[in-house]
Amino acid sequence: MLNFLARRIAQLVPTLFFVSILIFSLQHLLPGDPALVMAGEEQDPAVIEQIRHQYRLDQPIPVQYVYWVKGVLSGDLGESLRIKVPVLDLIRQKLPVTLQLGSMAIVIAFLIGIPAGIISAVKRNTAWDYGANFFALWGISTPNFWLGIMLIFLFSIKLGWLPASGFVPLSENWRESLASTIMPAFVLGNAIAAILMRHTRSAMLQVLESDYVRTARAKGLSERSVILKHAMRNALTPVITLGALELGTLLSGAVLTEQIFSVPGFGKLIVDAVFNRDYAVVQGVVLVTATIYITLNLIADIAYILVNPRLRT
Amino acid sequence: MTDAVLGALPTHASDELESPARRALRRLFKRKGAVIGLVVLAVFILLALLAPLVAPYDPIATSWTLVRKPPSAAHWFGTDELGRDMLSRVIYGARASLLAGAISVTIALTIGVPLGLISGYRGGFFDALISRITDAMLACPFLILAIALAAFLGPSLADAMIAIGISATPVFIRLTRGQVMSVKVEDYVEAARAMGNPRWRIALFHILPNILPALLVQATLSIAAAIIAEAALSFLGLGQQPPFPSWGSMLNAAQRFLSNAPWMAIWPGLAIFLVVLSLNLVGDGLRDALDPRER
Repeated sequence: MLNFLARRIAQLVPTLFFVSILIFSLQHLLPGDPALVMAGEEQDPAVIEQIRHQYRLDQPIPVQYVYWVKGVLSGDLGESLRIKVPVLDLIRQKLPVTLQLGSMAIVIAFLIGIPAGIISAVKRNTAWDYGANFFALWGISTPNFWLGIMLIFLFSIKLGWLPASGFVPLSENWRESLASTIMPAFVLGNAIAAILMRHTRSAMLQVLESDYVRTARAKGLSERSVILKHAMRNALTPVITLGALELGTLLSGAVLTEQIFSVPGFGKLIVDAVFNRDYAVVQGVVLVTATIYITLNLIADIAYILVNPRLRT
Repeated sequence: MTDAVLGALPTHASDELESPARRALRRLFKRKGAVIGLVVLAVFILLALLAPLVAPYDPIATSWTLVRKPPSAAHWFGTDELGRDMLSRVIYGARASLLAGAISVTIALTIGVPLGLISGYRGGFFDALISRITDAMLACPFLILAIALAAFLGPSLADAMIAIGISATPVFIRLTRGQVMSVKVEDYVEAARAMGNPRWRIALFHILPNILPALLVQATLSIAAAIIAEAALSFLGLGQQPPFPSWGSMLNAAQRFLSNAPWMAIWPGLAIFLVVLSLNLVGDGLRDALDPRER
């Protein structure tokens, strides 16, 4: 186990190194001189020269990279070009919003996806199974920004039940907070529910054919107890770890969902940054996202080993 | 008894003689979902190709007298905020979406498959290097990477396709590499090596054809993902630029007029949904049809 952990963590170092190179080189994709882009309307050569010096753009690229990594490692992700605020502060401000939305989405995904998967496996080839499979296909195929727009049309414009946009933090007023986040959380959770349903279904189908389920049935246990106590417990372990890996889907989805519902979170931060040509913010957001994703992958791997005794040698 | 045996023989023999591609096609056509998917896709492809012939109006012709008119006999899908015919725009929009899906996945295949082949077949330092770069790219969620790339490349349909193609590449590198690793230890590869075939020949003629099924399934599902990504980038203004229609940018415009012109949001979204659903149905069907365990 310790060996595995050491190897797994050692693998992270080169991955993070390449992530940093990838994100650093984004800036060099910009057509033209970055200093000119940063200067914007300002065309004074002295100002441009000063920017070039300030951001070390006059130094060779490897030197620029070393300075950039040094900064990142000491928590300095640069400064937003537009509002002159450290990128890290912006991320600290916006991340909790997306985390609240994301947690709600995960809860919704598990509440829909797992029961649907279990029912469709247990009632294989019945109307229930077809219905659940159709739901999964629907969830995977619906673009979340369209679903968001349609929900706003139905629940905000036609029925007037929920606010169409905005965000109220949970700490301020939990009722309003739930009302403002339930639609975006459903939009985000819906796609993940579909993926979880498929994983659960195939895991359950496999487990239901195993010897210990046959034994449990043979000893005369009720079908309910066989499914809930014997089959489900074993089928859900891989599903839960796989679920953790859907975080990438969640973060990608948050970008458009937050845009549509005007939720001031992490996703909206990157879109606003893209439009304001605030490249330091774009780089910072991608870096933090990648780090979160890599860490969760690691946790999922460890969890998988912890719950699977056969891999624990 | 003899009759039964004789009767059973020909079908068995024809099953043995059937080429793998033909068998896969026959099994694919047995799946209702996949057939429906193929038909819907064919309709959209035809609409995209024949857009100038099928579209009732010019998709970029504006008219101040026709602003945001609900669906009618003259304009089946209604008109948009500049009085343009929605049906014509949805038909022309199929071009941007299908083109983006096809081109970006072609980019991903062209870069990903050779790198995966070399990486999986040769191993060693090159494999370690490529694998770590793949890990790094996969660590950035697909759409976020595509948005970041598109932001730095610039807003246009061509740049969006490049951004989506690059973001979709690591999946193909990883898939090809994994498939190559499992195929290269097979007896027929050993035999080809024993006969003195050069490495490139073994990789191209003995390994590649055997990993095609997995690549085909992934490519179908990736086209679906690429179409959603293109719509998302266009929705954000990073894809197809106005006045040319794209389903994503049409949805963006629709959001502003949701309370008095909801039809503007329904049709482009439904079009994306139908195309992506069909691709997913075909992808699922292909996966089952190509799975040797279900033979």
